[in-house]
Amino acid sequence: MRSGPYNHFTGSRMKRGEMYDVVIIGAGVIGCGIARELSRYNLSILILEKEGDVADGTTKANSAIVHAGFDAYHKTVNGQMNARGNPMYDRLAAELDFPFQRIGSLVLAFSEEELVSLRELIDNAHVLKIPGVEMLAPETVHAKHANLSQEVRGALWAPTGAICGPWEFAIALAENAVENGAELALNTQVTAIQKTDAGFRLSTAAGGSIESRVVVNAAGVYADIIHNMVAEPFFEINAKRGQYFLLDKSAGDIVDTVIFQAPTKAGKGVLVSPTVHGNIIVGPDAEYVEDREDLRTTGPQLDFVRQAARQSVPNIPFGMNITTFAGLRAESSTRDFIIGPAEDVPSFINAAGMKSPGLSAAPAVAEEVVKHVAVALGGELKERKDFNPHRRPAAHFAESSPEKQAELIATDPRFARIVCRCEYVTEAEVVDVIHRKVGARSVDGVKRRARPGGGRCQGGFCSPRVMEILARELGIDMGDVVKDGPGSYILTGRTKAVEGGN
Amino acid sequence: MYKPEEHNVICTVCPIGCRLTVIREEHEPDGYKVIGGVCKRGEKFGVKEVTDPTRTVTSTVAIEGGLLPRLPVRTEKDIPKHLNYELMKLISSVKLQAPVKIGEVVVANVFDTGVNVIATRSMRAVK
Amino acid sequence: MQQYEVVIVGGGPAGLAAAIEARKNGAQSVVVLERDRELGGILQQCIHHGFGLVVFNEELTGPEYAERFIDELMKLGIEYRLETMVLEVNADKTIRAISPNDGMIEIQAKAIVLNMGCRERTRGAIAIPGFRPAGVFSAGTAQRFVNMEGYMVGKRVVILGSGDIGLIMARRMALEGAKVLAVAEIMPYSGGLTRNIVQCLHDYDIPLYLSHTITEVRGKERVEGVTIAEVDENRKPMTGTEKHYDCDTLLLSVGLIPENELSRGAGIQLDPVTGGPIVNEAMETSVSGIFASGNVVHVHDLVDWVTEESRRAGAYAARYVQNKLVEDASVIASRPGDGIGYVVPHKVRPENLNDKLAIFMRVKEVFHDAKLVVKADGEVVYSRKKRHMAPGEMEIVQVDAQKLKDLKPAELLVSVEGGETVHV
Repeated sequence: MRSGPYNHFTGSRMKRGEMYDVVIIGAGVIGCGIARELSRYNLSILILEKEGDVADGTTKANSAIVHAGFDAYHKTVNGQMNARGNPMYDRLAAELDFPFQRIGSLVLAFSEEELVSLRELIDNAHVLKIPGVEMLAPETVHAKHANLSQEVRGALWAPTGAICGPWEFAIALAENAVENGAELALNTQVTAIQKTDAGFRLSTAAGGSIESRVVVNAAGVYADIIHNMVAEPFFEINAKRGQYFLLDKSAGDIVDTVIFQAPTKAGKGVLVSPTVHGNIIVGPDAEYVEDREDLRTTGPQLDFVRQAARQSVPNIPFGMNITTFAGLRAESSTRDFIIGPAEDVPSFINAAGMKSPGLSAAPAVAEEVVKHVAVALGGELKERKDFNPHRRPAAHFAESSPEKQAELIATDPRFARIVCRCEYVTEAEVVDVIHRKVGARSVDGVKRRARPGGGRCQGGFCSPRVMEILARELGIDMGDVVKDGPGSYILTGRTKAVEGGN
Repeated sequence: MYKPEEHNVICTVCPIGCRLTVIREEHEPDGYKVIGGVCKRGEKFGVKEVTDPTRTVTSTVAIEGGLLPRLPVRTEKDIPKHLNYELMKLISSVKLQAPVKIGEVVVANVFDTGVNVIATRSMRAVK
Repeated sequence: MQQYEVVIVGGGPAGLAAAIEARKNGAQSVVVLERDRELGGILQQCIHHGFGLVVFNEELTGPEYAERFIDELMKLGIEYRLETMVLEVNADKTIRAISPNDGMIEIQAKAIVLNMGCRERTRGAIAIPGFRPAGVFSAGTAQRFVNMEGYMVGKRVVILGSGDIGLIMARRMALEGAKVLAVAEIMPYSGGLTRNIVQCLHDYDIPLYLSHTITEVRGKERVEGVTIAEVDENRKPMTGTEKHYDCDTLLLSVGLIPENELSRGAGIQLDPVTGGPIVNEAMETSVSGIFASGNVVHVHDLVDWVTEESRRAGAYAARYVQNKLVEDASVIASRPGDGIGYVVPHKVRPENLNDKLAIFMRVKEVFHDAKLVVKADGEVVYSRKKRHMAPGEMEIVQVDAQKLKDLKPAELLVSVEGGETVHV
């Protein structure tokens, strides 16, 4: 591992060997949400993340949908959490300044049988009190959505369906948690958990140890492994891979709402949706993989996604694809979310099995986990007087009015230096995301926060500039700047170090 | 059986890319016969590629005090092809100071070929 | 609001030539807006030679070619602004741009020439399966790192795509000490010049696999290997033909795309085949007074042709400003016929032609001993036998302007006739 930028994030108590009230394992949207919710109280909190950045697992590769909540069955935990989580987003987006849009969602039915399953979803929605869910006649669908297939026989409309920036959300949660006193340790993998008199001792891959009264398990696809380090096994996590296409913004108006397909025995179908940045996302398929890091895309599955998506939107322009990617969903053998203390270890609290709708449920899950943490710590939590729910706002040059842009440039001329010509990201924004509380340390880290390289040229023009700025701001050599994880070096040395060749 | 010396050469004089066969023939004026081409320039090229292949080499050298850390250079004329890697080694130790003018000699008379390595752009000094 | 007669968007080879020619043809106030830190565009990183044979009748490197035009621009005293990013071009010929020196800039132009060039197709555009580690570069990005920043991007390299940038980078990486293992090309012929195949691949014993593509990228953090496989006639990989390479780097040279986001914003009509604006003989787009030339219109094979086309665009922009362009004239539609992918320009007003009409085009396949024929409403106005034509090389025909002025046809059809298609 390289030294330097990766050691900027670490826990201060962890270094001093002091005990935390709560250690959260996993800095995805679930772990960061819990941390931010806990940071309202007078607690010492540490988030542990094995990767070099927050939001670097399932959170960075999913459909980016905040589901209305009609889909997950009302008798399940995930059904209840989704229904509760969705309405919490408006306030969170306002407080934390991350992209979120309620654009509604449609579920298409192509047969009589599928219409029946839509009616079941509507019944489920009524039990869960999801607002505004209704059945649309085919004429209504075609009148409003010209690019949808003529084969559509009816559709479920859910006005509260929404899209968001999942990693922007998780980064914002982490940042706000840290602004309110939580600590974050990156590149810190937990290898063992021991029960002690006062709580737990966690061992890390780097040989360190951390003491905590309560441990929260938000370890995504590794949640069973973490659980089994200290508690009796009762569930397994299976990684279910989903592959996606992301189309260029110039295809962005092909649909203006989230387009699902009716669930059938064969699966949940493939969605076509706008993203908060104006692109179109298409996917996913579903395929179990052995390796929990297996983020490969594969030819046959990408073909499957293409075919399935064309059923909803026949003329979807795959020629405008700008990237393909895969994400892993953490599916529990219990077929539901697992939220609460391990039966045999009451201070070890699981937030596991967060497959879809995990993102939609995340705010509600955080509230639930806080209740369990309070119990584990012996009752009422004391609120901090100085809790600030608002993240320090950031300027978004491209989305600003010309007047606002002129104003930004007047305050800092680096707003007039465009780094990413596809997304119009300025140098000032790149510098800002490096120096924020949970700042970027890699090219992808900058991309997730400020979007250079997220556009149609995929970093072809801007990556040298982003690397130059990262090197300058972090005080390292450009040759040591990485793409994402510690082993993802980009450059292999200076030129003219001749050795061999063809 | 006697088999004359024979070489296959792809002609690079024009985009057609004729597949030339260059055959040793004592009584030809150049000592070789060229078949498979369509023009005189191609014939000349074929013989040269067999007897004395040469290339223009382009690369960069280190520079300080300019806008960029590298300055592009090239050999002013072709040099023998087998010297390509030797040349790279030779210029790897060169370090210039900005400003540099286009055409300026960076290394003179490399390997006694009479060919200079020259700067292919100007770079003014900054700050 | 600042006022200029001609505003040039982009200071690469196209913009430089257009600016110089606009000035020489009488435009008084001309300004070049360039987003980079210096003029010259992509030529500054193309340090190899082979530029200038048409324009200067000698072989220059990219930076040398650029510097000749930069010198001329300076000598003519043409204004230019660096680090200036154009955010908007509007149909009323207003421009909004920003730069650290000038802040927010608003300009009213009488004429605009769009010279934004092109960008590289990415891995995403061709959906290569596998992991997404560091070590996958578009060839042009790698070229910038190696030639301008002075960093190597890998030690063991496989290249996808045999276009000229891919071939040039194969040699460049080999000369800098990397081991270039293979170049794979999905088409049955190379997209690059023969000369580059010889001097960049053969000279360095780098194998070229035609009808092959990458089927997998391995390595979670950094590339650890790639698999290439032969493709069938539908360009689908065939199982059983896979070759595995252990490498740390994959370079992609899989095509260029004209960069027309600003054009779209101005409501300019684009040609779906070229990806660039539909233009007339003056290189004027569908919006009156907005011209375009170079790779933003269609991807050229040689920079010399970019220069030639941009000189025309600049000269016509100057004529437009001086009201010397005949606007409402009879219009000939030029169209690609058999064997031709596209033609530029798309429309011709013969009144505005000088002595010749230059038509730029690409053929769809490799042809040997075929005829390139232009017909005006069925009548042959140009015909020439060609030994060799390939999609990797642009074809240019010059039609006598007087013929067009006399005939006033409704349509010009360009086709390939006879000959044989070749699969190398």
